[in-house]
Parts: sequence; C-alpha cells; structure tokens
Amino acid sequence: MSSYDTFFTDVLIVGAGLAGERAAIAARDRGLEVTILSLVPPRRSHSTAAQGGMQASLGNSAMGYGDNPDIHFQDTVKGSDWGCDQDVARLFVNTVPVAIRQLSFWGVPWNRVTAGRKTLPDGREIEDKKEFEGLITARDFGGTAKWRTCYTSDGTGHTVQYTMDSIVIARGVTVHDRTEAIALIHDGRKCFGVVARSLRSGRLRVYLARATVIATGGYGRLYPASTNAVINEGTGMSLALDTGVVPLGNMEAVQFHPTGLVPVWILITEGARGDGGYLLDKNLYRFMPDYEPKKKELASRDVVSRRMIQHMRKGLGVDSPYGQHLWLDIRHLGAKHINTNLREIANICRNFAGIDPVRDLIPVRPTQHYSMGGVRVDIDGHAYGLQGLFAAGEAACWDLHGFNRLGGNSLAETTVAGMVIGEKVADYALGTETDYSPAVVRDAVRVQEERIQALTSRADGRENVWALRNEMGAALMEHVGIFRTGEGLQKAVDKLTAVYERSARLGLHAPASGANPEVTACLRLPGMIRLALCIAHGALARTESRGSHAREDFPRRDDVNWLKRTLAYWDPGSPAPRLAYEPVKITELPPGDRGYGETAAPVGQG
Amino acid sequence: MANRTLTFKIFRYNPAVPEKKPYLAEYRVEEQPRMTLFTVLNQIREEQDPTLVFDFVCRAAICGSCAMIINGKPRLACKTLTKDLPRVTTLLPLPVFKLIGDLSVDTGTWFRHISLKTESWIHTGKTFDPAAQEERMDNDTALRIYEAERCIECGCCIAGCATANIQEDFMGAATINRVARFMVDPRDERTPAQYFDVIGSNEGTFGCMGLMACDNNCPMQIPLQYQLAYVRRKMAAFGLGQPTGPGQAGTPEVHTAGRSTA
Repeated sequence: MSSYDTFFTDVLIVGAGLAGERAAIAARDRGLEVTILSLVPPRRSHSTAAQGGMQASLGNSAMGYGDNPDIHFQDTVKGSDWGCDQDVARLFVNTVPVAIRQLSFWGVPWNRVTAGRKTLPDGREIEDKKEFEGLITARDFGGTAKWRTCYTSDGTGHTVQYTMDSIVIARGVTVHDRTEAIALIHDGRKCFGVVARSLRSGRLRVYLARATVIATGGYGRLYPASTNAVINEGTGMSLALDTGVVPLGNMEAVQFHPTGLVPVWILITEGARGDGGYLLDKNLYRFMPDYEPKKKELASRDVVSRRMIQHMRKGLGVDSPYGQHLWLDIRHLGAKHINTNLREIANICRNFAGIDPVRDLIPVRPTQHYSMGGVRVDIDGHAYGLQGLFAAGEAACWDLHGFNRLGGNSLAETTVAGMVIGEKVADYALGTETDYSPAVVRDAVRVQEERIQALTSRADGRENVWALRNEMGAALMEHVGIFRTGEGLQKAVDKLTAVYERSARLGLHAPASGANPEVTACLRLPGMIRLALCIAHGALARTESRGSHAREDFPRRDDVNWLKRTLAYWDPGSPAPRLAYEPVKITELPPGDRGYGETAAPVGQG
Repeated sequence: MANRTLTFKIFRYNPAVPEKKPYLAEYRVEEQPRMTLFTVLNQIREEQDPTLVFDFVCRAAICGSCAMIINGKPRLACKTLTKDLPRVTTLLPLPVFKLIGDLSVDTGTWFRHISLKTESWIHTGKTFDPAAQEERMDNDTALRIYEAERCIECGCCIAGCATANIQEDFMGAATINRVARFMVDPRDERTPAQYFDVIGSNEGTFGCMGLMACDNNCPMQIPLQYQLAYVRRKMAAFGLGQPTGPGQAGTPEVHTAGRSTA
C-alpha cells in the first residue's frame, strides 16, 4: 500500500467560495483551527462570477424606501413557489442586512447613494434623498417588490470574494488549493474528514477533523450548456450522496436562463430584451409574439426559456456545430445604445464570440444556470444522517430557494449561510473531540487507491470518460431540461442508467504520472452520473409543475399532493436513487398565487 | 468561408517525469465559427491527448486562471478568439511562476504569498457593531477603490515584466496596484510609514524600471501606469520626508490616479 500524508484540523471546509470562506472565518473567530480545501485558488471560485448583486432590505435607495425583511421574505417565498423552508427564509432575510454591513466593514466597496433627482430608462422620475447619501445603494432585479440588490458596479461577486479572502488570509486560515476531496471518511453514523487527491501531484491525502463542511457550489456542469464555471460539477454533493446515509434535497429543481451565448454559454443578461431586443428563428422570424402576445420577449425567465425550446422542437432552430440555437437581435437599437447602455453585453459578444451585435445576430439558447437542490441540511446546516457533516451555499439544500431562486439571493445566501452555519459548526466542534478509528481511515483510503488502480489496469473494454460524459449531458439537456414529460424523463432515466452501468468500466487511454487530468475526470464522472440520476428520477416522480420544474403533462402546481421536498438517497451498490419525501415548513405565508409565471395562469397551449 | 486547419505548438513538460525534457507538441484542429482557445484546448484534451494540463475556471475573463503566453504575449486564453490567430500558434506557460505541468502554473500560491507579505486587508482599530448602520462613504471613493480592486490576479503583468523576470523578489504591478487599492480606502488606517515598510523598497515600488509592459498586457485594462506612479509618488514623498498631503496616505483629495468608472 502506498503512503499518504495525514492532516489534522478542528474544522475542515471543502470549497473556498463565499459560503466556505465565510464559515471558515466564523469558526476561526471562535478559536478553532480551520483548513479549507479547494479545487482552485480561492479567488478563482465561481462566486466571483456573480456580477449582479446581493439582496438586502436596507431601504436606502429611492426605489427601495420602505423596504424591510418582511417584504424580502414574501418575495423569496413566492419566488420559491412555496417550496422553501420558511424558518430558513425568515432567518435569512433578518440576517442579510447585518451580513452586508459586515462586508462593508471588511472592505467591500459597495456602490453608495448619491442624492438628487434622476430619470430612469423608462422615463420615471425618482429622487434620492440627502439623508441617505453615502449609504449602501441598490439596483432593480427581477421578482422583487423593491430595489434591494446591493452591488459594486459590474463585479459584485469579485469584490465580495476578494474581501472575504483577505479576511481569511488575515485570520490565518489554512488553505490547500488544487486539492480535491474524493470521499468522506465516516462510519455510517459520524463523519471524520475526507480522503483527498492533490491536483498538483496526484497523490492521496487524509484530512481528519471534528467537523466537515461541504461548500462546493452547484452541479451546473452536468449540463453541457451551463453558465457555470467548469469546476461546478457537484463534487461535494457526490461525496455526501455516496455515504448512503445523507440525502440530497430537491435535485430536480434546476434553474435555466433563456439567453446563454453559444457556444461558450456565458450569460447575456435580461437587459438586452428589456431594452427591446427580439428573438428570431432560422427564418429570421420573430416568434415570441405568437406564443406570448402580451409580454412577448419580456415574459418571465422560465416562460421565455420554455417557448424557445418549444420553437426549436418544431425544427425552427438554427443548426450549428454546437447544436441548435436561436438568434437574439439587438441591431435595431443602434450603435450608440448598444455601445453605452448595453456595453457589457456588447463586450461579451466581441470578446468571447467575435461578433459585433451592432451588425451581427447573437446566437443564444436556454442555458442551465443554478442548482436549487443539494445536500439536505437542517436550519443549522447540519446534514441529515451524519453527525459532524455540514453543508452551506449552492451545494446545500438549506432550503432557501425551494423550486426557484430569485436573482440576488444566491450571493446573499452564500454569505448568510456561511455566517450562520459557521457558528453552528463551531458550536459542534467545540463540543466534540476528534475521534476516529484508524481502520475506518485505512479502508476509506484503500477504496480510493483501488479505484485509481483499476483505471490503469483495466484489461479491455475501456470506456472513454469524455464520451460517456457527453452522453450523460445530452440525456439531461434533451429530456431533463426546461420542458419535461413523463415519456422524456423515462428516456433520460433509461439512458443515464445505461451510462452509469458503463461508467464502471472507465479506463485511461494515455496513462501519465502526476496529476493526470484524465484520472481526475474518471474519478468524478460516476458520482456526476449518480447526481444526474437523482435529478431525472426526482423529476419523473414529481407529477406537477412548480417553479423551475415544468411538466408538460402536469402543467399545474399541486399543493395537495406535492407540497413536499424530495429526498434522494443512494444505497451502496444500487443502480438508482431511493426517493423519500418530507413536508415543507410553512409558518407565515400559506401557498397562493405568485402573480407571475404559467402555473398561476389557466392551462394554455402545450 | 472554408474553415482553416489550425496548428498549435504546445509546451509539454510533466514535473513528475523530470527525465523527459520539455518539448513542443503539435496538434491540428479544424477551426469553427466563434471558437476560442477554451474550446480548442478542451477539444485537444478530449479528442487527441487526455494528458494535456491547462487551467480554466470561469472561461469568461473573470477568474484569471487561464493566462498563458500566446504567440509571445501574456494573454487570457478564454478571451482569445481563433479568428485573431495565424495558422500556426505557439502556447507556452507563463514565466516567473512555478510550473505545475504543461500550460498550468501556480499563480495561486504566488498571489497568496504576496497578499500576506503586503498585508492586503483592511487594517482598522474599530470593531464591527452588528446593530449599527454602515459607515457612510462617498460613491466616488467607492468607485476609485473598485477601479484597483478589479485586478483578477491572472499574472499577465508579472509574466510580461522585465524586472520580475530577472529579479526574483520583485513584487510586480499587480501587487503595487493591490497596495494602491488599500491606500485609497479610508477604512484602512495604515500610516504612510506602515505602507513604506510594505512597499517602499527595491522589491516594491522602487524596483519598477518603468517599461510599462504591465499596462499593455492587463486584460482588465486597469490603468497600472497611473496606479504605479501614484504609489511611487506617495512613497517617494514619505521617504524624502515631505508631507504626503493632509492626513494619511490615501486621503482622497490628493489622489489623482485611476480613470473614473462612472
């Protein structure tokens, strides 16, 4: 057996994005030794890509006057289509103003209120009052009653992550970057840490801790078209699922954004359509008015996404080497408008697709954007089923977002969850000792060594990791996307089951020593397919439409039968997840009409 | 328009196999519309050579992971379109930083070390009061901080810097810009003397030879030339015993660096 290095720490955090780093600071400030593992240097985490902002009901800007946590609560619950935990939503909305002010204290250069009269793009006149000048301001975001989204120009995630990381450095938190946790060490009752693999050397390591926190972000990259960073492959969720005792919550709740740029899938914001952009098909025909005569291109995110898919299914999409897409046309807005008001969009088109939206059509299609589901935890962030294991941020199903997340609530969740759950992690770690059985550790390492060995020594019939991965992605994109039907979901389940079976025969095609990227991919893929199966099975079983989960064969929300959360367990050796359900906690706001979206409207066409 | 066949000559070296000397490997890729080096390198890894090592995270010029030497210049690979490349392109890893393998270098460790060395966090004697309203700040000051804060630590300015290439301990433009970010921030209570200890040396602001390749190579168009001049002027004034303006370093009214982002 090969040797491996062992590291001891009080608190082990897997993932160095905002949720992980904020939890690390909380535990460190309680006097605990904290180690963070990260696939990449912390400042390269996907949290940095959140450009929009962070919702907090400060009420400092003219369009936010009178805002308070109660209104933020209502927006969040409605947005979730009543799928969220209302105790968590209440805790969140009450805490986020403190979180944002603390970030300001730590150094985030939030944009501030400037007093005076202003004219909005739609012609409305507003006045920011002198008494609020210099306080943190906010911008407008979809689905909110007030302007509540605090921001730093076009780089909110970036500045918050850099500030958070500066505090992590100042506090002396240990960070091991380019290190991937590949299995939890546990005895079915308690978690003792992780087996990890260095992405520099390829060597295995053991990390032992009193408490372990999963903060690895979402699983967006299971889908071939995703706005997410390439590292968002659900690695932490896989670790939890693989224990057999920790469930994942609401994995079928997947958010899509209508306009990802083909083929790099970078987000083209709503601003393009808000300012008058059209969607065109392969005949350059503007099709949205046929489906949505009133709102046209400006219907809600999920509705526009569904109509785009529906239209492409009729064979009216544009063929390309990267699959079918549609066109976004903003040429009629003119060079001046595009180069000033829509500068960010114009730059993305020029830099990443080499097209000029003043002259050219923009290739777009609905793109995976956010994972509402994740490791199911209680309000303290403690995972179901395993003592000493916690989860926070997009990796967790806390459950703040239910079946649909509001813009500006993801960045806010990372920080608030890190803050709140970090304290609970510290409470737990201070009340327990590092106790582990050497045999449990040895066994956990041996299993991983054997997996790596098998990739090299497999005699024949080696499956190619990239080919299998593409098959998984195609099944998800085609059948577990924006529109879902029982028939399609069954096809996805069948396909994914077959792909999963083949993934047991993954093998290397060009063995190399050191941190071979093919080994990294091969170690991840079976876990990714298990996540995909949780999504597909959960979606097949849920015979209703709620938030982002839209079933064509069950177009209405069904509170009688489905006001409940899906829990997906993976029994070791099983070919499929085992689904269970639990009630959703409703404390303040009973289910009602969201006031937007299709599920609230009469059942219409297809 | 017929698609071109592009040739990529890519630096290969695996530190785990030191006996095999570094070499350039050649790969051919059919050019597609709207193709970037992100697409190219992933395609090579998936279809031609699964051992090829490189780094991408956001692929949208936000995270700073994918800087490399593209036909002789430090650039972000994600932001490089093949339509702007000749038929034959050479890709090398960034110099100065420790090589992890092939095109991957350890910028993360380098920048973390530099943050520690320059204590790049807000230094304040105050404690946070969760019940209090935030302290007010002029929006122009917030924008000025953000202008320097935009650095994504990709390493292009360091890799293209003649001083950094010959003087191992030179901290480079990104570091000096990072210090400038704290100097203009009224929340940071450090004195000019404390900043001088951090950056007023040959490793810091006085090591710069003024060649300004950093300014040309910055993919974020941060005005590094102005930021470097600002810090050097501040530190020179302190070193020569002149007043640095009313109050501390970073008092907004004496600061003229940085283009406005408004």
